[in-house]
Amino acid sequence: MPNVKIMRVSIAADRCQGHNRCCLVAPELFEADDEGNAKVRGDGIVPADLEPKARLAVANCPEHAVRLTGI
Amino acid sequence: MDSRTPVEDWTIDFDHFDPQWTDNPYPIWDELRSRCPVATSQRFEDGAYFPTRYDDVREIAYDSEHFSSRRVIVREHKLPLMPGPPITSDPPEHTPARKLLLPAFAPKQIAKLEDRTRAICRSLLDAIGDAAECDGAVDYAQHIPVRVIAHMLGVPEDDGDLFRKWIQQVLIEGVRDPAAAMQAVHEMNAYFNAQIELRRANPGDDLISYLLAADFGGKPLSEAHVLGTLRLILIAGIDTTWSGIGASMWHLAAHSEDRARLIAEPGLLPTAIEEFLRAYSPVTMAREVVKETTLGGCPFKPGGQVLLSFPAANRDPAKFADADRVLIDRAENPHAAFGLGRHRCLGSNLARMEMTIAIEEWLARFPDFTVTEGKQTTWSEGTVRGPRRLPITVRR
Repeated sequence: MPNVKIMRVSIAADRCQGHNRCCLVAPELFEADDEGNAKVRGDGIVPADLEPKARLAVANCPEHAVRLTGI
Repeated sequence: MDSRTPVEDWTIDFDHFDPQWTDNPYPIWDELRSRCPVATSQRFEDGAYFPTRYDDVREIAYDSEHFSSRRVIVREHKLPLMPGPPITSDPPEHTPARKLLLPAFAPKQIAKLEDRTRAICRSLLDAIGDAAECDGAVDYAQHIPVRVIAHMLGVPEDDGDLFRKWIQQVLIEGVRDPAAAMQAVHEMNAYFNAQIELRRANPGDDLISYLLAADFGGKPLSEAHVLGTLRLILIAGIDTTWSGIGASMWHLAAHSEDRARLIAEPGLLPTAIEEFLRAYSPVTMAREVVKETTLGGCPFKPGGQVLLSFPAANRDPAKFADADRVLIDRAENPHAAFGLGRHRCLGSNLARMEMTIAIEEWLARFPDFTVTEGKQTTWSEGTVRGPRRLPITVRR
């Protein structure tokens, strides 16, 4: 069995200021709410093929609000 | 035309209106960052500070205890405080004033303006027609945000010249001449008061009507709040985006390889736009020191004005690899062109949409163009940076 870790994205709502960068680089994982702040789509579990996009969302957030963690 | 004393020592006498800065500020910032990360100047009332490192800019943007937003433009002579909520608001007033406007500028709402923006761009391109030479700033970039904002406010698109005059008076002439800034404020108030009367009689689907109908903690907004916010939307939404579009066009006119690549790989455009925003960030803000503190080894005295340069932060090599290179495929780019913290530019989704569509439409119509030889590109002075004359030759 390969050691595959399940990854999940989350948004620290107290940090998000609505730059919308995560929604632009990974629209499969994030969307903007009615005020323009980011929220995670669904349960935030990242399919393996979207992991690079999840990492880009983390790297592009100017407020360090996007998290990618193993569960 | 300009009687300013030339700067000899940028560390203790910086001047963001110096022709050297206007012409090419980046080497000045790079040098300051490496030897004196917070420059100072006595050219501005009560003294001014200019932090050049990303980390210091970030810290100030997050610190409303020591750095107030009540003055957002560094001026030689301070004006009376004139709230333009939420940009001039500090906590706790800031959050409700901002939340009121956020829905109107959220991606979902801005997406509805895409078709109109595209139509505006196409009609400007039609007007340029088959001319061999044109001015990318004067004939194209400057009109796009004016027309979009006019549409959002429900005011005549043809009033663009008036809007640009007010912006010039507030942001440029008004830095040295308080009377010019105050004149523009009075004229804007009179203009918007007339519009408000029209909306009261006949509300529409526009931002003025939206503000008049707003429920602000169980009450309508005060007249001063409505006028302050309208002045803000007008001033903040026009020459900023015009500068962003113009700087992107200037880069593409001067770099044929980037132009060719964007035409071959249109999917790269959003990434390229973020890089243009980083490398040529149009907007510098300000703060006023309200409590003594020390940052970057520099003491900040109450009353002092801080030139909060997101453009300089975005060029900091400690934050961005190859910070001085414009890489249109830069994948990791957490730039601060729209600010950091609670004052993130309210119009960022709008600006990004306008820039993307403006460049997309221009490239579709004129894939091959260059900066006209022998004619000068000129850049705006002061806190919003972008080309004001951009002579372009279209190759056919």
